[in-house]
Amino acid sequence: MLKWLFHNQQQLGLAQSAAAALAAMVVILLARRRGIHLESDALIAMARGLVQIVAVGSVLLILLRGPKWTSVFLLIAMIVAAGATSARRAKGMPGAFQVSAWAIACGAGSVIALMTWLGVIDTEITALVPVGSMLIANAMNTNGLALNRLRADVLAHGGEIETALALGAEARTSVGPYVQDSCEASLIPAIDSLRSLGIVWIPGLMAGMLLSGARPVYAAIYQFVVLAMIFAASGITSLVSTLLIRARLFTPAAQLILRPGR
Amino acid sequence: MNTPPTAAPPVLRAENLTRRVHDKILVENATFAVRSGEVLAIVGPSGAGKSSLLRLLNRLDEPTSGTVFVEGIDYREMAPQELRRKLGMVMQRPFLFPGTVAGNLDFGPKQRGENLSDEAVAALLERVGLKGYAARNVANLSGGEAQRVSVARTLANSPLVLLLDEPTSALDETSKREVEALLQEIVHDHQLTCVMVTHDSAQAMRLAGRALMMEGGRIVREGGIREVLHA
Repeated sequence: MLKWLFHNQQQLGLAQSAAAALAAMVVILLARRRGIHLESDALIAMARGLVQIVAVGSVLLILLRGPKWTSVFLLIAMIVAAGATSARRAKGMPGAFQVSAWAIACGAGSVIALMTWLGVIDTEITALVPVGSMLIANAMNTNGLALNRLRADVLAHGGEIETALALGAEARTSVGPYVQDSCEASLIPAIDSLRSLGIVWIPGLMAGMLLSGARPVYAAIYQFVVLAMIFAASGITSLVSTLLIRARLFTPAAQLILRPGR
Repeated sequence: MNTPPTAAPPVLRAENLTRRVHDKILVENATFAVRSGEVLAIVGPSGAGKSSLLRLLNRLDEPTSGTVFVEGIDYREMAPQELRRKLGMVMQRPFLFPGTVAGNLDFGPKQRGENLSDEAVAALLERVGLKGYAARNVANLSGGEAQRVSVARTLANSPLVLLLDEPTSALDETSKREVEALLQEIVHDHQLTCVMVTHDSAQAMRLAGRALMMEGGRIVREGGIREVLHA
């Protein structure tokens, strides 16, 4: 319907954004009626997301015409921003930003570097930046989920953790079951995406590849490649993130730092 | 009532223990000693700093200043794991780990690479009145049984001193009596040195020989249990 009303692409884009935002607003209102308050978080996130993607889109237009090394700086900037974003899900956890940035750099960064070296990801900025950003974004989500789950578990099970410490356990043993659970829970979306590939989810990248003339079978296989890379990046991120934050949950004398009311 | 053995050397000595959090004083200049085989009760109103003081003794919290000497050694020179094995703590709630009773009892020894034999598990369970409970799942225990398993789990580490943080306060009357009887047996028959936090004066009177009265984070009275509670 919108395509009949708007013939200019920019106007059409704005109208489509408004329609999608309207659907999100309905969800926010429904959630509010059930006592779930998403208003400020969701509205700010939507406004930020729109402004950011338009701004980045404009900058990308310039950068994509630049030399290949520009992509390295772009990806590093994305990792730092991803670290800052997902660290917010770990309120009260010491060094959450550093842990998040390092974990995403290890997870997404190592997979991007290895796959680019192997030739799985093309070195052209137009390929490296979009695929790299996909890996970074998924690593960011995984990191946020892992830290958020670990934080909630540590706060809820402080008694069990301190009991283990009081029985002479090392700090890492006392928090071990919760680190393991948070790592597993954070990887559920990545595993489910792989499991449902082609049945529930056909990534947008495939449509783009088909439009740019790739063979359908290769385009389909590449979707698996992308999702497997996402899983690898997310897995490394989650492992590194939980490992790094584990050490920061305790003082050198094995005293639990993150406790309710502190 | 437990009578303090006056000649025994102090097994535990707290010197000027202080803990402040965000300018709030939780414990201030607590100085006292506990002799071998003695039962010391820490009493006082809610918020007096009793549990905070107990947590400083096994270093679950860090003192802002002051220290504790365990058998004459400054506890900052000991590995926290070793210190906490020596000063075994029973919490207000049992916080049993998922699995069997035997698995819980084995937790402490396992941390130092040892395994409790079936005989040792059976002996510990008999000591806390839970003979034949080794294979039971902890999810099916009553509150009193869970707390007794928690006591047995702490005893499995063969502690030098038992720290009890209101171990019967979260229990119903029947369970409370069961656990108190068990503690009485342990501290009296086995002469285990014990520091217990309680808000129950009658319980303190039944179990302890000496007491510290705390108010506002400070020790305001110290001495024989009757002298402190009836002052």
